[in-house]
Amino acid sequence: MSNQGPKTLFDKIWSEHLVGQREDGTNLLYIDRHLVHEVTSPQAFEGLKISNRPVHRPEATIAVADHNVPTINRQNIEDPQSKIQVETLAKNTKEHGIQYFDLMDQRQGIVHIIGPEQGITQPGMTIVCGDSHTSTHGAFGALAFGIGTSEVEHVLATQTIVQNPAKNMRISVNGELPFGVNSKDLILYIIGKIGTAGGTGHVIEYAGSSIMGLSMEGRMTICNMSIEAGARAGLISPDQTTFNYIKGRPYAPGTEHWDQAVEYWSSLPSDNDANYDHEIVIDSSEIDPMVTWGTSPEDVVSVKGTVPNPSSAKTENKKKSIERSLEYMGLKPGTKITDIKLDKIFIGSCTNGRIEDLRKVASIVKDKKIASHVQAMIVPGSGLVKKQAEEEGIDKILKDAGFEWREAGCSMCLGMNPDQLKPGERCASTSNRNFEGRQGRGGRTHLMSPELAAASAITGNISDIRDFT
Amino acid sequence: MDKFHSLKGIAAPLPIVNIDTDMIIPKQFLKTIKRTGLGVSLFYEMRYDNDGNLIKDFVLNTSPYDQSKILVAGDNFGCGSSREHAPWSLKDFGIRSVISTSFADIFYNNCFQNGILPIVVSPENLDQLMTAAKNQIEFTIDLPEQVIKAGNHLIKFEIEEFRKERLLQGLDDIGITLGYKDKINAYEEDKKNKKPWLFKNN
Ligand code: SF4
Repeated sequence: MSNQGPKTLFDKIWSEHLVGQREDGTNLLYIDRHLVHEVTSPQAFEGLKISNRPVHRPEATIAVADHNVPTINRQNIEDPQSKIQVETLAKNTKEHGIQYFDLMDQRQGIVHIIGPEQGITQPGMTIVCGDSHTSTHGAFGALAFGIGTSEVEHVLATQTIVQNPAKNMRISVNGELPFGVNSKDLILYIIGKIGTAGGTGHVIEYAGSSIMGLSMEGRMTICNMSIEAGARAGLISPDQTTFNYIKGRPYAPGTEHWDQAVEYWSSLPSDNDANYDHEIVIDSSEIDPMVTWGTSPEDVVSVKGTVPNPSSAKTENKKKSIERSLEYMGLKPGTKITDIKLDKIFIGSCTNGRIEDLRKVASIVKDKKIASHVQAMIVPGSGLVKKQAEEEGIDKILKDAGFEWREAGCSMCLGMNPDQLKPGERCASTSNRNFEGRQGRGGRTHLMSPELAAASAITGNISDIRDFT
Repeated sequence: MDKFHSLKGIAAPLPIVNIDTDMIIPKQFLKTIKRTGLGVSLFYEMRYDNDGNLIKDFVLNTSPYDQSKILVAGDNFGCGSSREHAPWSLKDFGIRSVISTSFADIFYNNCFQNGILPIVVSPENLDQLMTAAKNQIEFTIDLPEQVIKAGNHLIKFEIEEFRKERLLQGLDDIGITLGYKDKINAYEEDKKNKKPWLFKNN
């Protein structure tokens, strides 16, 4: 990558963070912020201890427990292993002088929700976390990606990471979003189009009027699922919407540096004639509300569509993979998506557990009742989202409709805590992964937007929000 | 870190595409605070039934594949979650090399941190190797020569030089980077002046 010539947003952040080259030819990239959670960090801290290495810059790291935590009765974590993991994080952070939001702290929540919420996430930063959905923070024009535990240890010890530059991909979505179509539909559509390996080796920059017209919450939903397209990270150019969101948050630049920061942030958007290794242009009018039918996030179809037929697959491998998915999902080819009956509804996760998502759900289910055969659960992304929702009376609307109202955490997105699907149960979920067993062994997940999940909770079948009044 | 030089043995065929890290090691095993002991839980839901009994016809439950050091798998292996528990469980089972047409970035990287060699081959070569694995033909993987031998197949593979060196010598990555500490400190000093808001913490 040359220093001259037009640059992409990614190129700019990359060159700004390059510490140097090691003798083996790899690049050392400086990391501005490191987010840490309980599941992928214990072995990293243990590694530091074994080698007797200190944390290089403890104040650049923020820790929170989210994956394992109960969403009811949180004073007492019943699972002894989960309990040890959460306690280990508390102990490790204390020992190294790292800020930790404990379970009773209102700021506790899903790591990718609280970073932006606290103003920790800012444009032009490099941010890492031992979690693949770190891509969420790219919505602010920060280069943010998931790393493994060995790399967590590397970042703790050196505040850098060993990386080689990614390739640049740009996905532009233009036009006004059709009624009933929102950011979740957009990203599911994109993943369906490019596939779960479509972004491998790339950083995807999302651009175009449909993307830039989204709120920060909507942009986060898009970047969040970049990893489901195989990309290393997602990025959106920072603009006034971004700056407005950040201003005044606890960790945001204070008044003494605000103007200087905004000036720098404003220099970050990709240059007009910057070069991309790969470009995709989408017209938003071609997008419907989307739902997944299978066990990979690329298995998407319009809510108006039907379950695909394996015999229509182009390759033998694809055919086998569709057959395997359908068997697991207990679905027959040709079934109308809206004829699929549900058992559970899960609204939450780092994809769709923000206040805007909860407001949308509340507006749809207000003065209605969920279908008698479904169990519906709503898990706010953070303690502060929960508080805000309660102040707005959203919790009451949801509870009246029959939803369970929980404490913040990852919950049934991955079911590490007691919130899980039972074998064969079918769930409409606003999360990001529909892998076999993801929400519980034998559980069947249909990914969709909060709007669709809300409408589906009321009817008990997967439902099109556009038919819903 | 464990060194990797060459490897000989029967390879287990797993002709499934998009094998994600949830499939490699499900969530209930992520509660550990250790790196070891995950091998028995590798591919848990494919390997054990609801009552925890071995599923007899799953490849890694059958001889000689239960001793495999090599896995031959479908496209896009290791997608999904960043959990390093995936390579830890593979390694704990005894797998030291995975062959596929493509790997998810984070998983690929995680393998090298643990002395596991992920090898990318073309779809045609994968088909040949899958067949060889099914026929229980012995594989030899030679890292210095960058070649896989299986029966009369001789397949060259690419690997970045620094990754190869690290595997061959079992180098400690953090140790290497700490050798550049002066550069890191100088970088920080420079940025403290230019972007002071990044160094102010409440
Ligand atoms: S909500 Fe789900 S995807 Fe997000 S961090 Fe938690 S477990 Fe991962």
